[in-house]
This record gives sequence, structure tokens and C-alpha cells, in this order.
Amino acid sequence: MLVESVLFWIFAAGVVVAGAQVVFRRNPIHGALALVGCFFFLAGVYVLLAAHLIAILQVMVYAGAVMVLFVFVIMLLNLRDEELGEPRMTAFKGVGLVGVLVAVGLLSFRALGAAYASLPHGRGLDLAGTLIGRDGFGTLKAVGRAIYLHSVLAFEVTSLLLLVAVVGAVVVAKGRI
Amino acid sequence: MAVGPTHYLVLAAVLFALGAAGVVLRRNAIIVLMSIELMLNAVNLTFLTFSRFPLVVRRPADLGPMMMQGHAAVFFVIAVAAAEAAVGLAIVIAVFRSRGSVNVDEFDSLRN
Repeated sequence: MLVESVLFWIFAAGVVVAGAQVVFRRNPIHGALALVGCFFFLAGVYVLLAAHLIAILQVMVYAGAVMVLFVFVIMLLNLRDEELGEPRMTAFKGVGLVGVLVAVGLLSFRALGAAYASLPHGRGLDLAGTLIGRDGFGTLKAVGRAIYLHSVLAFEVTSLLLLVAVVGAVVVAKGRI
Repeated sequence: MAVGPTHYLVLAAVLFALGAAGVVLRRNAIIVLMSIELMLNAVNLTFLTFSRFPLVVRRPADLGPMMMQGHAAVFFVIAVAAAEAAVGLAIVIAVFRSRGSVNVDEFDSLRN
């Protein structure tokens, strides 16, 4: 339990710091590399949630495939400094920052606290905790059974969507076929 | 202090707020797309948290494959996010080719 807490705080700090770099760095390349780090820390959080398959998928699909696409496009466009626009810091940004902080705080401490009011901290995991060892919670077999037994139509539609996205991306980016 | 579901949900809320701030504040279209990825990952984290800590605690015998529905949803979100990134970046390239800029403030015309 202590190990889980320590790892959670390390991963959570990494996620938040790297995520903030994505939003606030000026250079898109720095943002993209920070996003890769953010995805790796998130994969760690997923492992803490016993989602082993999703953690692997996160690293392979997001950090591997999607981010390569992003970095490739950033380097293809090769934006110069003047094309990035001048930095600007307006009063609206300060107002927006305060508003976002207040909204997140209110959400966190009112809505989420009420949702789990009946469960003391850390005690809700008894059921899931017993299931982890027995039924392979979060493993490839269990998730695969869920997908193929209960969501097989969504699975097929997803494969069609990926095909359409590949063709559409080529058609849109190519200009003249 | 033990880490409970609230911790994970608050982390997801912070990550979603960061992504939303990036979409609203940044003018570089590529960074806007990356911020959307951040928000999608926050949603994934929420799905996995509720899969790990179910609000309605039932008998384990009732669950079976239904226990993993949250993970299946995350699987589909990842697939859709990959498709969205591919098409979104293709649009950015197409717009850059015609307008010479990726600044979303300058995307103000439906033709040319």
C-alpha cells in the first residue's frame, strides 16, 4: 500500500508537470517530447490501476505511433520563430487560469467527494482486489473477452473507422492524387 | 495516506483542465491537437479508475466479462484518438500548404 502511494505521487507529478509543458512551451517540438513523457507517466498510473494491457497499448499506440506522427508533421512544417507568433500575456489569460483552478477545485472537492462519501479511502478496492488475482483483471485475456463478447460490433466499426481515417488522411494531405 | 479513487479522479480532472486550457489558449494548431490528446487521456484515466473502483459493488460471481467494460471503452478511445490524430494532422498539412500558417486565428475563411 505504501509502495502504491509513493509510486502514485511520483507518476501523478510527472503527468501534471509534463502535461503543463505541453500547453505552456512555445516550441512545438518541446511540447511533443513532453507529451511523450506524459504518456509514459500515465502508463505507470494505469499499471497502478491494474490495467496492464491498456498501459502497454498506451506506450505502443500513443507514445509509439501517434507521437511519431506529431513529431513528423512538426518537422515537416519546420516553423520558423516568426511563424510561431509573438508571445502574448493578456489579462484574460490570468482570469482564465484563476477560473480553471476554481472550477477544478470545486469539481474535485464537492462532486468527487460526494460520490465516494460512503466508501472510506482505500476500502473500495476489496472487491477489485480479490478479483485481480483470480480472474486476471486487466490482462489481455479478460479485456479480449469483454471486447469480443460484448462489444464486437463496436470493434468491427472501429476497424472500419481506422481504414477510413488512413484513406482520408492520405487524400486530405496529398493535395493532388 | 492511502491512494483511493478520488486521487485518480482528481489527477484526471487536472489533466483534462490542462488540455482544455491548451485548446483555448494556444494558437498553434498542432499544439491544439496535442491538447486534445491530453483530454482524451484524462477521460481514459477516469474510465480505468471506475473500472478498478466500481461504485456499485456487486458479488464477484455476477461480474464476469462485464467487469472489463471500462477497459474495452479505453481500447476504443485509443483507436479513435489515433484516427483523429491522423486526420487532424492531415488537415493541418493541407491548411499549411494553402495558407502558409498553422495559426488557428488565421483560419477564418471557408474558401481558398
